[in-house]
Amino acid sequence: MTDLLELDGVSRRFGGLLAVDNVSFRLKGEGITALVGPNGAGKTTCFNLIAGALPPTQGSIRFGGEIISGFPAEDICRLGIGRTFQVVRPMRDMTVLENVMIGAFSWTRKVSEARDAAREALDMVGLGPKAEAGISRLTLPDRKMLETAKALSTRPRLLLLDEVMAGLRPPEAAAVVAVLRRLAERGLSILLVEHVMRIVMEAAEHVIVLHHGAKIAEGTPRYIVSHPEVVAGYLGEAFRA
Amino acid sequence: MLTLWGNVLASGILMGLVYGIIALGLTIIFGVIRIVNFAHGAMVVFGLYVGYCAGAWWGIPTIVAAVGAGALLFVFGYGLETLVVKRFVTRPHHIQFILFIGISLVLSGAQLIAFGPDPRPSVSHLSFETIAVGPIRLDLARLQAATVAAVMILALAGFLKYSTFGRFIRAAADNRLGGLMVGLPIPKIYATTFGIGAACAGGAGALISPLFDAQPFLAVDFTLLAFVTVIVGGLGSFVGALVGGLTIGLTEAFAALLFAPSLKSALSYGLLMIVLIVRPRGFFGAKET
Amino acid sequence: MQKKRDALPDRGAVLGCLAAFAVLAMLGGVLNPYLISLLTIVFLFTFIGQSWSIMLGLGGQLSIGHALFVGIGAYSVAVLNIRYGLSPWFGLVVGMALAATIGATLAWLSFRFEVRGIYFALLTIAAAEFSRVVFSGWEFVGGMQGLFFPAQSGPNSFWMLRGDARFYYFVSLAAVLLGVSATALIRLSFLGYVWRAMRDDEDASRALGVRTFLHKILVVSFSGAWAAIGGGLLALVQGSVFPDSIMGMGISVDILVGPIVGGLGTAFGPLIGTLITLPLDHLASAIGNKFGIPGLNNVGYGLALIAAVWLLPDGIWPAIVNSAKSITRLSWFGNLQMEQVKK
Repeated sequence: MTDLLELDGVSRRFGGLLAVDNVSFRLKGEGITALVGPNGAGKTTCFNLIAGALPPTQGSIRFGGEIISGFPAEDICRLGIGRTFQVVRPMRDMTVLENVMIGAFSWTRKVSEARDAAREALDMVGLGPKAEAGISRLTLPDRKMLETAKALSTRPRLLLLDEVMAGLRPPEAAAVVAVLRRLAERGLSILLVEHVMRIVMEAAEHVIVLHHGAKIAEGTPRYIVSHPEVVAGYLGEAFRA
Repeated sequence: MLTLWGNVLASGILMGLVYGIIALGLTIIFGVIRIVNFAHGAMVVFGLYVGYCAGAWWGIPTIVAAVGAGALLFVFGYGLETLVVKRFVTRPHHIQFILFIGISLVLSGAQLIAFGPDPRPSVSHLSFETIAVGPIRLDLARLQAATVAAVMILALAGFLKYSTFGRFIRAAADNRLGGLMVGLPIPKIYATTFGIGAACAGGAGALISPLFDAQPFLAVDFTLLAFVTVIVGGLGSFVGALVGGLTIGLTEAFAALLFAPSLKSALSYGLLMIVLIVRPRGFFGAKET
Repeated sequence: MQKKRDALPDRGAVLGCLAAFAVLAMLGGVLNPYLISLLTIVFLFTFIGQSWSIMLGLGGQLSIGHALFVGIGAYSVAVLNIRYGLSPWFGLVVGMALAATIGATLAWLSFRFEVRGIYFALLTIAAAEFSRVVFSGWEFVGGMQGLFFPAQSGPNSFWMLRGDARFYYFVSLAAVLLGVSATALIRLSFLGYVWRAMRDDEDASRALGVRTFLHKILVVSFSGAWAAIGGGLLALVQGSVFPDSIMGMGISVDILVGPIVGGLGTAFGPLIGTLITLPLDHLASAIGNKFGIPGLNNVGYGLALIAAVWLLPDGIWPAIVNSAKSITRLSWFGNLQMEQVKK
């Protein structure tokens, strides 16, 4: 059986800086995977390569067996990869519902269908009651969930979440984890980029560790916390913090 | 035949230098403040009238009038930026466009009120005199305008490169936020830059007063000419403005020779379209919008 | 930009709109010839302004050379009618097709290299000026001497779109009504949502699957075709076409002043704005002529424009709406103010 996502020797260079260095990994069709590492480890770049915001300098990315590396972001979205942005980017002129509808317009042109799909996505992340509100009324956790709902409304098979829990207080983060679990149970594959280790250990079934752009370890959370290189390079410090 | 071509080449280069200084004024304002001065042509015409008045009323030579026009427009530009333009720096492009159309209308209207709609022909004797350099004949008015324009260009380049305030201006052009953070006097830099840009337009206007009959309606033509020049060269680039000016000067000169004088602006726009298709940001265009 | 959330036009707005148009239609029966012809021009510039407003207000693309499309439409109607005797309706269709193609080509050339913002705006003005110069030297379309429609004789004809001043008053009014409805319908359609998203944040829209390259070309092309209709009607009303007066920079400026002063992206902004600015321009000219001071009108109009963008940053219509709300619903007004501060 082919894997849902497959990175094979992917690198990305910015001038003299090798931001992502020969990274390879595979994702199965479901469950929550986390991509972790200290700041500047290349997580977000790696994420942008998959989402098509940047083309890789080397290597190939396959989605459902098909090569997608070098495709523009909108095509990758239409193939079934939804993404969020680390810095939330709502369209300020639109209501919460309208924001989410944009994603649905990637597969329908009917406004009523898009509206229904957007409501469904908002309900899934618990923002249903605030559908008609303006963006300026949303709290930070709400905004993070709005980003997730927007990505969900594109009906993805793979959901890429960039630091959706950064800046949230522990109870808020726990609520987000619960939402992600629910989504994963519905058969969605989720790739999380996070640097708050504790949350990752709680949420993810599979963890990939990047350091200086390269993959240094991969496995279950339990395995990762005991991995000597990971502990030495990063984990210990993060856990202490 | 060769002499003819030489003459056209020379006059193209001479006009090109003047176009270059006009475009330089537009480009330096854009490079630093990130706004497009749609009133640039009206400022050129302002200078044109200064040159006209100086010659017709007081018999002042064109060169002195150009310095005076430059100084006058600098003060005008500095004041305009401080009082009005400053408030519009962060506004959307279309609002800035309306603002400058308004300023342009006020300037043109004031010129109309003062001088009426009829063209005011220059009284400078320079327009009819030529000197021979080898087989090529140069007309003195053009030669003088180009020489002064070249001196202005060099002076401006020297100021930007070597003076402290010039460095401030370049730093602000590179990074506004960074400039604010390291404590550059941004308001003063912006006002000065706008003043310099206006001075370029006014000085150039006075310089060409022996060549063009002063008329308020020329403002649109000069604004468009400045646009074409900077787009060909690349908006925001110092070298680009000069290269653009020379390119347009030569294009116009050869268009007048090879086709018809009336087609010269068509050819400039044609060139502009080609540049936009091949190199949309011009020869030396900046990356960011 | 504007932060209205007029998602669904409520019944009151629709009724108010229809009432306003009914009043304007009745005025068409009673006004004197001068006002009829002035309002006809106001309506046509409103209609063209609506096309410009769609492009910037929804699509996020600034055009300062919209006279290009107006001129294409005007010349299509004039050439086909005057040279070949074809109905202006053919001219309008041909003009739309040409303008749509030219708009799409221009947009494609520009956006293919990620040329955005002010660079694209300058490109539009360059294209307009290029066409103006080409048309000035093109004998077939009349060159600098322009083209003249034969003088109107006989009854008004809807088929030939020829008639007296009052006939054009109603044609132009109908065009504005069409424009208001089309703007509202587009806002409510999938295109409206997608275009607004693209305008607010292009990269974020692409991540949501919006084909922004395609949509930017589409919105420019669409707006161009719309403006071409206005240009064709303008040519008929004026009875002649000249390169300078139909494709010149002055037309491009006149087109966008109304919508900006009135309130960008709103349904009524272009109408309100043009209703104020165009007669103001005429009034300034009249005063200037009366005192025998040419140029006074330019100064007056110029100062009015500066004052408008200075004092009413979002335009007249939003200001009216806001003050109406401050009277009826104080709490609502409070909210609006909050948003304004955050912006």
